[in-house]
Amino acid sequence: MLEANNLWKSFDDTVVLERLNVSVEEGEFITLVGASGCGKSTFLKLLLGTESVSRGQLLLDGSPVVDEPGPDRGIVFQQYSVFPHMTVLDNVVATRGFERPGFSGHLFGRRRRNAREEASAMLKRVGLEHALNKYPHELSGGMRQRLAIAQALLAKPRILLLDEPFGALDPGIRKDMHALVLELWREYKLTVFMVTHDLQEGFYLGTRLWVFDKVRHDPDAPNAYGATITYDLPVGSRDEIIPAIGELSPVAVEPPLAAVASNA
Amino acid sequence: MKRMINLTPAPPARVFLALLPFVLLVLLYMVSSDARLAENPNDKLLPGLGQIADTIERSAFEPSKRSGQYLFWVDTASSLTRLGLGVLIAATLGLLIGLFTGAMPVLTAGLSPLLTVISLVPPLALLPILFIVFGLGELSKVVLIAVGITPFIARDMQRATQEIPREQLVKAQTLGANTSQIMVRVLLPQVLPRLIDSVRLAMGAGWLFLIASEAVAATDGLGYRIFLVRRYMAMDLILPYVAWITLLAFLFDVLLRSANRRLFKWHQPEAN
Repeated sequence: MLEANNLWKSFDDTVVLERLNVSVEEGEFITLVGASGCGKSTFLKLLLGTESVSRGQLLLDGSPVVDEPGPDRGIVFQQYSVFPHMTVLDNVVATRGFERPGFSGHLFGRRRRNAREEASAMLKRVGLEHALNKYPHELSGGMRQRLAIAQALLAKPRILLLDEPFGALDPGIRKDMHALVLELWREYKLTVFMVTHDLQEGFYLGTRLWVFDKVRHDPDAPNAYGATITYDLPVGSRDEIIPAIGELSPVAVEPPLAAVASNA
Repeated sequence: MKRMINLTPAPPARVFLALLPFVLLVLLYMVSSDARLAENPNDKLLPGLGQIADTIERSAFEPSKRSGQYLFWVDTASSLTRLGLGVLIAATLGLLIGLFTGAMPVLTAGLSPLLTVISLVPPLALLPILFIVFGLGELSKVVLIAVGITPFIARDMQRATQEIPREQLVKAQTLGANTSQIMVRVLLPQVLPRLIDSVRLAMGAGWLFLIASEAVAATDGLGYRIFLVRRYMAMDLILPYVAWITLLAFLFDVLLRSANRRLFKWHQPEAN
């Protein structure tokens, strides 16, 4: 479904990504980990279309990814993903309005009623049925991310991009969000790319884990070489892992990068 | 004793401290006025409060002998009409210019430098041109106010539009929104509270341009009146007019601020 052929991305003199060759099947859940500034967010932006490839190709179903965001690729950012001036319900109804061509994306009559019903159902699905008329600033961080996910899913994207979506959440709430994301991933048969700083999260959620790192270093010109995917690990079926993870303490679950290397 | 920077007055003390300078000013005025009047009962510079009250009564509650109008209210009505129209036009234009130039990089590139240059032109220097082009009637006064504050509002709106997190625009696009939908549904509603704040700040300049244009050429208006009676040193009329203008400005500010709070419940600066 998705294919990167010798992909390079550079900003002026700074090479961020280099020699990236990878291919992804429909329905995979890919987690992207690596140090800050290693290009994992840049890769997500290439997929999203807010940045374009400098050299090489990034193909979606055989044709280059459009260099503009579009409805086939949904996104949830760490913050600012929802519209602060709309109520929870309107935030999701807006998805239906934006899908149709038109001047303002307002819906009327039967369409509006249908959209409100669908939106309510989606919000119920993510557990926000009690907050339909609240504004985002009245929600907790976790609820706001649930809203952002509901909003994105109503547009029925094939690919869901998650840019450190749970980075600002408390550990307990993060656990609930993991469960929700996994359920929705199966239910909607999504292909998910998720950038995370949390290695444990990466191992737990993904079917495949990518580690971004630089393989070449030039001490005199730190920007001369970019990062690439240094480890591409099948992290296995989650159904087997879930019980195991429940028994382990968080520290024990998190393998140091060296361990990752030996596994590879 | 605490350090001065840590001394916070309790609420009742705060009210007292707020009122104190006003009371002192009035007292100072009364004492100086009494002193001058004791020396010369015909002194015009600092009329007594009683004389001021008489003048207010004559201009606000008795028809003028010459025209049969209640001058105070006629002046107020025509000034507020000019100011209101001018500010309304400026707010509308400023919002549109700011929204479009803030949302579309092509327009930003094309119009931003022009806007910067225009905002540097001193509007009062344009007043003669406006009088020549639009005549001495109402139009030139309204245009002066509009010309004077539109650039300020437009630049503020442009900044407000550009400050909306990029993530929201990307999100809207991933939901399928086109440019006009993003402008109408995402950008416009979020810059409206800022527009009201911007208008609040621009009101001061608006009053300045109003009074200046009325002073130069008008047949009624608050600014016209105080410049007219200056010839007779009629401080008993000028002082209450100035106080009235100040009160009106204060009321508009309060009104706009409460409108902002009421209309935009979602607007919480500390949110996110």
